[in-house]
Amino acid sequence: MPKDKLDLLQGTLDLMVLRTLEALGPLHGYGIARRIEQVCGDEVLLNQGTIYASLVRLQQRGWIAAEWGASDNKRRAKFYSITKRGRKQLKEDAAYWARLSAVMGRVLALEPKGGGR
Amino acid sequence: MIDSIRQALNRLRAFFRKEPLDRDVEAEMAAHLELAIEENLRRGLPAPEARRQAFIKFGGVEQAKERHREARSLPALEMLVQDLRYTFRNLRRERVFTFMAVLILALGIGANVAVFSVVNTILLRPLPFRDPQRLAWFAGNNGVGGLGGTTYEADAFEQYQRANRSFQEMTAFVPFYSFTEGTLMGPREPVPVSGVWVAGNFFETLGVQPALGRLFTAEECVKGARPAVLLSYPFWQRQFAANPAIVGQAITLNHEAVTVVGVLPPRFDFGAVFAPGEKMDILSPIIMDRIRTAGHTLSVIGRLEPGVTVAQAQAEAKILFPHLPGASHPDWGSDIKTTIVGLKEHVSGMLRRSLIALWCAVGLILLIVCVNLSNLQLARGAARSKEFALRSALGAGRGRLICQLLTESLLLSGAGAALGLGLAFAITRFLAHQGSMALPLLGSVEVDGAALAWTLLIAICVGVLFGLAPALRAPGRNLQEALKDTGPSVSQGRQHERLRSTLVISEVALACVLLVAAGLLLRSFLRVLDVDLGFQPSRAAAVKVKYDDGGNADRRSAILQEMLRHVTAIPGIEAAGIADMLPLDRNRSWWLLAKGAVFSKDQEHGVFAYLVTPGYLEAMGMHLRAGRDFNWQDTPKNEPVIIINQAAARREWPGQDPIGRLALGIGDHESRVVGVISDVRESSLENASSPEVYVPVTQAVPAGAELVVRTKLPPEVLASSVMKTLRSLNAEQPATEFRPIQQIVDHAVSPRRFFVLLVSAFAVLGLVLASLGIYGVISYSVTRQTQEIGIRMALGATQARVLMGVISKTLRLALAGIVLGMAASFVVARLIASLLFGTAPTDPVTFAAMALLLCGVACLAGFIPARRAACIDPMRALRNI
Repeated sequence: MPKDKLDLLQGTLDLMVLRTLEALGPLHGYGIARRIEQVCGDEVLLNQGTIYASLVRLQQRGWIAAEWGASDNKRRAKFYSITKRGRKQLKEDAAYWARLSAVMGRVLALEPKGGGR
Repeated sequence: MIDSIRQALNRLRAFFRKEPLDRDVEAEMAAHLELAIEENLRRGLPAPEARRQAFIKFGGVEQAKERHREARSLPALEMLVQDLRYTFRNLRRERVFTFMAVLILALGIGANVAVFSVVNTILLRPLPFRDPQRLAWFAGNNGVGGLGGTTYEADAFEQYQRANRSFQEMTAFVPFYSFTEGTLMGPREPVPVSGVWVAGNFFETLGVQPALGRLFTAEECVKGARPAVLLSYPFWQRQFAANPAIVGQAITLNHEAVTVVGVLPPRFDFGAVFAPGEKMDILSPIIMDRIRTAGHTLSVIGRLEPGVTVAQAQAEAKILFPHLPGASHPDWGSDIKTTIVGLKEHVSGMLRRSLIALWCAVGLILLIVCVNLSNLQLARGAARSKEFALRSALGAGRGRLICQLLTESLLLSGAGAALGLGLAFAITRFLAHQGSMALPLLGSVEVDGAALAWTLLIAICVGVLFGLAPALRAPGRNLQEALKDTGPSVSQGRQHERLRSTLVISEVALACVLLVAAGLLLRSFLRVLDVDLGFQPSRAAAVKVKYDDGGNADRRSAILQEMLRHVTAIPGIEAAGIADMLPLDRNRSWWLLAKGAVFSKDQEHGVFAYLVTPGYLEAMGMHLRAGRDFNWQDTPKNEPVIIINQAAARREWPGQDPIGRLALGIGDHESRVVGVISDVRESSLENASSPEVYVPVTQAVPAGAELVVRTKLPPEVLASSVMKTLRSLNAEQPATEFRPIQQIVDHAVSPRRFFVLLVSAFAVLGLVLASLGIYGVISYSVTRQTQEIGIRMALGATQARVLMGVISKTLRLALAGIVLGMAASFVVARLIASLLFGTAPTDPVTFAAMALLLCGVACLAGFIPARRAACIDPMRALRNI
C-alpha cells in the first residue's frame, strides 16, 4: 500500500456512510464503499470489508435501515437507507466536523511569534 | 443517550441471534464480492484478475466478519459463554474430580457461612433494639457474685434514675423469674406460664413497639392498679391462636383477672437477650411500692444521653452513687459498687473469645480446603499441560488461558458455595431451634443478607486462590517441550511432586493445629463433666409444684408434709424434698455473718440462699458432713436454724467447728448453724463453689417450690404417677415439666458443649481433608514411579519392601506436617488457654494423642496406593517403558 494514504479517524467512516446515504438514497454495501472511494480518490486507506462493522453499528443505533432487495443487474443485495433520526444525527455530526476542522485549520495556521520578520 | 440504550439492547439481542446474523452477513459479503467482480469484468479485466482485485479491495473476509461481530454483539460475554461451555464439557468429562471438588468446597464454605451466621448474630450484629449502642447495663457489686449482689434495691434505682445526668432513660426488670411464674387457667387444664416483671418504661427505653394494643400506662405501675400484662408473640400464637381480639380482654392468671393490654412484636425475645435458654410468655409491670422492702430485686438498664460514653457514665456513677440520699443504708453496699458496661458487652462479651476461636477454626478449614483443591488442580494441571500448550500454539493468549482457568475454578467454587449455603441453612436452622442452649440470641441465627455477602466473598476468594496457582503455572511453558508426546520429563515431574508435597505438608500442619485445639477443648469439656458437683444428678428429677398456703408458715408446713408423704409413698421413689431454687438453675443471694466476729470493711458477706424442706439434701444427693438435716420441728416458734456449706464455714468460722454457732444476716434474727454440707457447684461447673446457706421453708418465705425426687428407676418412668399424685392433692397443679436434674447440669454446660462439638467437627473435617491430600500425592507418585517400581521388583525387591517404601514416604510427609503443626499448636494452645478448664495448654497427653491419630490416619491414606504399588506386575510395567 502506498504510504501516503490517510488512516480514517474513529467515527469518520460512520459519518461518511451517513452522508453518502443521504446524498444518494438507498445503496448496498458495495455501492457505499465504491462511492466513498470515488469521492475520496486515492487519499483514504479503506478496506471495503470494514464498512460492514460501521453499517451494523449505525443500524443498531437506529440511524439507518436495511432491507434485502434486488440490484440493477438483478442480484440480491442488502440495501441501506438513512432514517429520520439518522438525518438529524448527520446534521449534528456534520456541524461538529465543520467546527472542528475550522478550529484545527486556525490552530495549524498559527504564524510563528514575531512573524513580521 | 436513547440511541446508546437502543444500541446496547440491539447488541444484547444480537448476542442471542448469533447464527442467523452470521449467515446474513456472510450472504451480504458474498454479494459484495460478486458485485465487485462483475464491475471489474465490465472494466475489461480478465476473470482471475477481476477476482483478485475484488478480494484485495475488500480486505480479509474473516477479519471483516470478526469486526462485524465485535461491533454488533458483546465480545466479552461471548468469550465468557465460550469459556463456560468449555468448562462444563471438561468438568463433565472429569466427574470424580468435579464431585470431590464441589463436595470439599461445600463442606468448607458451608461450615464457614454457618459459623459466620452465629458470630454475626451473637457478636457483630447490634442488639435488636433502637440505637442499641446507647444501651448500658448496670452491674451491682462490680458484677461479682450472684444475682443478690448484682441487682439493685428499688430505692437505689429510683434515686439514681432521678439524680444522674448521663442517662436519657433508665429502666429495670426483675431477674428472679421464679417470683413471676404463674398459672394460666386454660380451657382444659391449668397452663404454667413463665413471665417477667419489667418497669413501666422498659419498652420505651429499648425502643420496642407492641405488635398489637399498647404498652403499660403509668397508672398500671402503681399499687392498687388494675393488673395488666403484655403477651409475647409466640405465646399469643400458641395459647390464643393469634386471635387479635384478646387485646383488652381479661385472662385468669394465678386466680386473678388480668387485662391483656397488648402483644409484643415477633422479633422481641426477652429470653434471648436477658435470660438465654429461657422463654418468657408474659411481661407484667413492676409495682415499685410492692418490692421496695424486698431487698435487691432489679436488674438495671440505661439509655445513654447522645454523645455520652459508657466510661463517662461510669465516672459519674462512682461519684454520684455514694452521695444519694439513701446511700447510708447498709443494704446499698453492693449498689454503690456499680460497674457500667455496654448492654451488648454484657450479653455477649463472655462469648467473644470462644466465638473468635470458633471463627479461626473454621477459617483454618477453609485454608485446608484451598490447599487441598490447589493440590487437586495441580494433579490435573500435569495432565492438562499438553492441552494448554496446544491451545497456546493455536494462538490463545496467556490472559485468555488464565481467564479460562479462573472461569473453571470460579464455577467450581460457585457450585460449592451454592451447596454450602444449603448446608449452612440446615445448620443454622438446627441451631436456632436449640431453645434450651444457654447462648444469647441463638434463636435468631439465620443465613441473612450479610451471610450471603460473606458466602459470595468466600466463594470468589477461594475460587481465585485455588484457580490462580495452576493458572500462573500452566501457560507460558516451553511449548515444544510440552507438545512432545513423552509427557512431562522426569525432572519436571519431580519438581511438580515437590510442590504438591509442600502443599500436603502444610495441609497436615493446619489439620494438626485444629486437632490439638479440639483435643484440648474436648479434654477440658471432659474435665468439666468430671467435676464433683456436690450433688448427684443421676436418677433425680425436679418438678415445679403449686400450693396455696396464704402466707402462713404452719399451713405451708402441713401442705408440704402431706405432699412429701404422698410422693414418697409412690413405689420407686427413694427420697423427696422441696427447695425454692435448684443449683445451676436460679439463685438469690443474702448475707451471712458469724456473730461476734470482727471483719474488715471490704469483707465479702454474700451467700447463696436456698429455702428447703427436710429431706431435700438427701433427695439431691448432697453430702451432710456434720450436724443434722432440718426436721418439721424447725418451726417459726422454735429457734431459727441454718445449714451451711463448707465454703461458708471456711469464710465465717475459719479453723473452727461451725456447728452450734450463731450467725446474723438471715432475716432479722440470729440463726444457729445445725449442719454443714459439702460444697455445691451452684452457678457454674467451672467456678469454685461459693458460700451457701440453707434455711427451712418453715422459717422464711420461699419463692416458689421445686419438688425433687430421687428414684430407683429412670425418673421419666415415674413422671406421670408423680404428677397424678400432685393433681390429687391440688387440682390447680399445672402440667409443669418433669426435669431430670441431669438436664439442668447439661443446660449449664451447653455453651461449652456447643463449642467443643463444633470445633471437634471441624477438626475431623480437617483430618479427612488432610488424609485426602496425602492420598492424592502418594497415589500420584506411585503412578509416576510405576516403571521404576517395576524395575526394582524385577531386580528382586519384595512386595513387602515396596509397600514399606511407599508407607515410609507417606510417614515422612505426615511427620514433617506434624512437627510443623505441633510447633504452631504450642502457640495456638497458649492463645486459647483462657478457654481451657483443668487442662494445661501444653497437655502432653493431648499432643501425643493427636500426633498418633494423625500418623495413623496418614498411614491409612498411604496404605491404599502402597498396596497398589506392591501389586505392580513387573513385566507389564517394564513393557510400558
